[in-house]
Amino acid sequence: MKERLQLSVNDEDYDVVVDGSKTLLEVLREDLRLTGTKHGCELGECGTCTVLVDGEPVLSCLLLALDIADASIRTIEGLAAGSAPHELQITFGELGASQCGYCSPGMLVSAAALLERSPRPEGQEIREFLSGNLCRCTGYLKILEAIELAANRVADRREAGELDPEHRMPQRPAAEHGPDLVPVEGKRGSA
Amino acid sequence: MSADDPLYVIGTPAAKDDGLTKSTGQEIYADDIDLPKMLYGKMLGATVPHARIISIDTSRAEALPGVKAVVIGSDMPRKYGILPVSEDEYPLEIDRVRFVGDPVAAVAAIDEATAEAAVRLIDVEYEELPGTFDIDEGLRPVDEEENRIHDYGARDNVHKLVNLHFGDVDTAFADSDSVHEGVYFYSGNNHLAMEEHAAVAQYAASGRLTLWSSTQTPHYVHKAMSKVLDLPASRIRVVATPNGGGFGGKSDPFPHEFCAAKLSMNTGRPVKITLTREEVFYMHRGRHPVLMWLRTGHDAAGAITALDFKSYVDGGAYGSYGVASTYYTGALQTVTYKIPHYRFRGVRVFTNKPACGPKRGHGTPQARYALEVHLDKVAEKLDLNPVTMRRSMLVDEYTMTANHMRITSCGLDSCLEKIATASDFANLRGQLPYGKGIGVAVGSYLSGSGLPIYWNKMPHTSVDLKVDRGGGVCAKCMEIDIGQGSNSVLAMTVAEVLGLTPEDVQLVVADTDTTPIDLGSYSSRVTFMMGNAAKEAGEKISAMLVAAVAAKLDLDAASRVLRHRRVEGRTSGEGMSFADAVLLAEAMFGQLTATGSYTPPRLAGPYKGSGVGPSPAYSYSVAAVLVDVDHETGIVTPERVWMAHDVGRAVNPMLVEGQVEGGIYMALGEILMEEQVFRKGMHKIPSMLEYKSPTFLEMPPVETFIVESIDGEGPFGAKEVGQGPLLPMPPAVANAVYDAVGVRIDELPITPEKVMAALAELAKGRPGRYGPAGVPDIDWGEPIDVDPVWYDQPPEQWVATTRRAETD
Repeated sequence: MKERLQLSVNDEDYDVVVDGSKTLLEVLREDLRLTGTKHGCELGECGTCTVLVDGEPVLSCLLLALDIADASIRTIEGLAAGSAPHELQITFGELGASQCGYCSPGMLVSAAALLERSPRPEGQEIREFLSGNLCRCTGYLKILEAIELAANRVADRREAGELDPEHRMPQRPAAEHGPDLVPVEGKRGSA
Repeated sequence: MSADDPLYVIGTPAAKDDGLTKSTGQEIYADDIDLPKMLYGKMLGATVPHARIISIDTSRAEALPGVKAVVIGSDMPRKYGILPVSEDEYPLEIDRVRFVGDPVAAVAAIDEATAEAAVRLIDVEYEELPGTFDIDEGLRPVDEEENRIHDYGARDNVHKLVNLHFGDVDTAFADSDSVHEGVYFYSGNNHLAMEEHAAVAQYAASGRLTLWSSTQTPHYVHKAMSKVLDLPASRIRVVATPNGGGFGGKSDPFPHEFCAAKLSMNTGRPVKITLTREEVFYMHRGRHPVLMWLRTGHDAAGAITALDFKSYVDGGAYGSYGVASTYYTGALQTVTYKIPHYRFRGVRVFTNKPACGPKRGHGTPQARYALEVHLDKVAEKLDLNPVTMRRSMLVDEYTMTANHMRITSCGLDSCLEKIATASDFANLRGQLPYGKGIGVAVGSYLSGSGLPIYWNKMPHTSVDLKVDRGGGVCAKCMEIDIGQGSNSVLAMTVAEVLGLTPEDVQLVVADTDTTPIDLGSYSSRVTFMMGNAAKEAGEKISAMLVAAVAAKLDLDAASRVLRHRRVEGRTSGEGMSFADAVLLAEAMFGQLTATGSYTPPRLAGPYKGSGVGPSPAYSYSVAAVLVDVDHETGIVTPERVWMAHDVGRAVNPMLVEGQVEGGIYMALGEILMEEQVFRKGMHKIPSMLEYKSPTFLEMPPVETFIVESIDGEGPFGAKEVGQGPLLPMPPAVANAVYDAVGVRIDELPITPEKVMAALAELAKGRPGRYGPAGVPDIDWGEPIDVDPVWYDQPPEQWVATTRRAETD
């Protein structure tokens, strides 16, 4: 049974007609082509499909898209401000917190939600908040370091008055991060 | 560049080239591919573990609206298998299924839901056959030939038997001051890569097939595709997409890859098949369960005089890498300690369960666990410090082992020294309060297999470089980054040789049409082998640039160097920019391109089976683990890990640390909780909720020590790091558990139940041990007696020996 619904994703409004049984994950990936959000189990076990719904991390594989039509959704594609990556995205690259990178989108939106409520989270706070996001490559240690580094950088800047404390997703100006971290198109076998 | 020139790129911690691509969600994995008119495929798996297929009726599925094609086994009647000696699989089985989940049919439909509905409409009639579910059952004689799982192998359901004898083990035991025995079991487990396997196939009107797949081995998939689909290899292009984790689990050609291709050929439309997590658990190819028995002889000082080792390998339903896995359970015991006499007997049985294959460490973690726990017990009996005892009998650099493995660089003693000091082992072992314990163990792994999977004399890897007039360099290689950072290694190596930064190097990788050969991301081979090829290619380009600059400036070519994006005099600094040098060189030589290749030296020993184990270099690791064991619950909590790893040279120390930490993490899962559990062939826990793996909360702090032994043959001295650090972890934890509460858990995983059972035994005054009681007595056949190469034989003799026979 097809249903029409309006979704607000990454501050853009979408009007889609989808099967009512589709999960938010399926609608994001298949209908909106926002493939940054991944899947590892489709049963709410791995955390790979985490997105933010009204700022709260949720497992998009367990939600029907129809049920959240009024909410504001943020995916990994909406973490950056235009071409300027979120500080967390920068430190994940900088410290090698993404190896295969498959868990990174879910890990990153969870971490972003954490920083929204706790500007300088302690190690154990980070571990507990992210314990629903599995990673098989890193042993979590570089992820922990990257979150701490990003949190401290953002908090330092906020305290120095460089950013509006109310800024929902604090961003670093694009010019600040080095050329070595700019994503390079075409560095892969063409797909 | 000369060996004395400083390194500007190699050895400097650097972000991976794809770091931001991945952290921004821009990476395109196989399941992210969406092509016009694409169909979705779904496979139907067997519902019984062992049966003859009487009939398959696909008519109801074909009649379902939205279904575009259905294929069954007879549509692809050519067998394949990753090893030429065990080509025993069809993409879809034709007349017999051998495990629950064994694919028998596949459907392509307009969407995934329709494809799923369609496979449920396929009617398969089975005639069940007796099932074989564990090692004991696999060793039993089979009553009727028809009931064997396969019609090949050593006998009955025995797939492979190995019986190798180097030297004179029995005499050595008789002459030993003490002899010790033990029995161990290492459970099977899953790679659990976060990305489920996926493939997209597109058969174009031109008659060319393209397959995008999350595979670690595009070259082998390419070969298998050509055979199974009966298409010339020249009409097939395989592109490996960035793997969302591999760990060995994406190293075989898989049924869904062939099915997507065949369905695309039948429909003329692209077809995507993505496995569900449950299907991944059944496709498996993970760690083999292995039962082991070993006996060691020791002299009065504790040094090993001889080793006798038996392994019983539960292979599952197909060959996969199993012949190699079996040999690997006996290959690398000798590369850490001097073992003058060695006997290895191994057997792999077929069982009606998903086939096992390679997982991080491939066949060697099981044996390493048994050996290192055993040595901990021997040290205690001989009243020796386990570190001191190990340090007294380590192999020497540039020697040979009894089973003809060539040792080059070896930083094992340095690793042991660092770990003993950092962990304060001597002061903690045996002296911590009850419930706290510390354990130590060592390990070693290959830097790539010395021999290819199919016998040939060609290079194992090649790198093409093309220099752009703007000063950029494009490096092409069939290597595939599975998260370990091989792309960065390629970019950094080329940048180092050409005096550039990694960002100046564009990469084209993992594409059988456009990139030169690399055998794949397995056996920890890429840094060592591709690195050497990239270095050679870079040096060819460098020579052209230097010649052109020297001619232009009328200077001595020998004193030119490439650094800081310049070609200049080593001391004078006189020269020009890299980009200007490129223009001069292209005018002199034509388009600047160069290829470098790497072929390992001939390393196989003079006996059948000697192709498994030789490597151009071995990495070495030492782990110490501090654990807490709750004697009321049996819960083991690793509190701290120290790991030293001899990586030869750390090309990118940050990525080396990442591999060490990842290896420790994966090992902790295998040690404490992960296990493939079956009941009558049905997987009991085929989900990520029930198959427990460590979360953020279970990962202890890690202190990593990188040891650089600068290998004589590795690129800039580099060796492997992707697999080695897993190896010492299981025995180190088991040894720490003993130190904490005095029980020996000789069977992985070390679950709370096993700890409690062993503690209960201890409380009754019996040995506090949990583990297998013994091993089956079987006919091992006639041994292959091989003259050992004594560990202290001078190099000139072992070089001659290794060149005597090329392969078995």
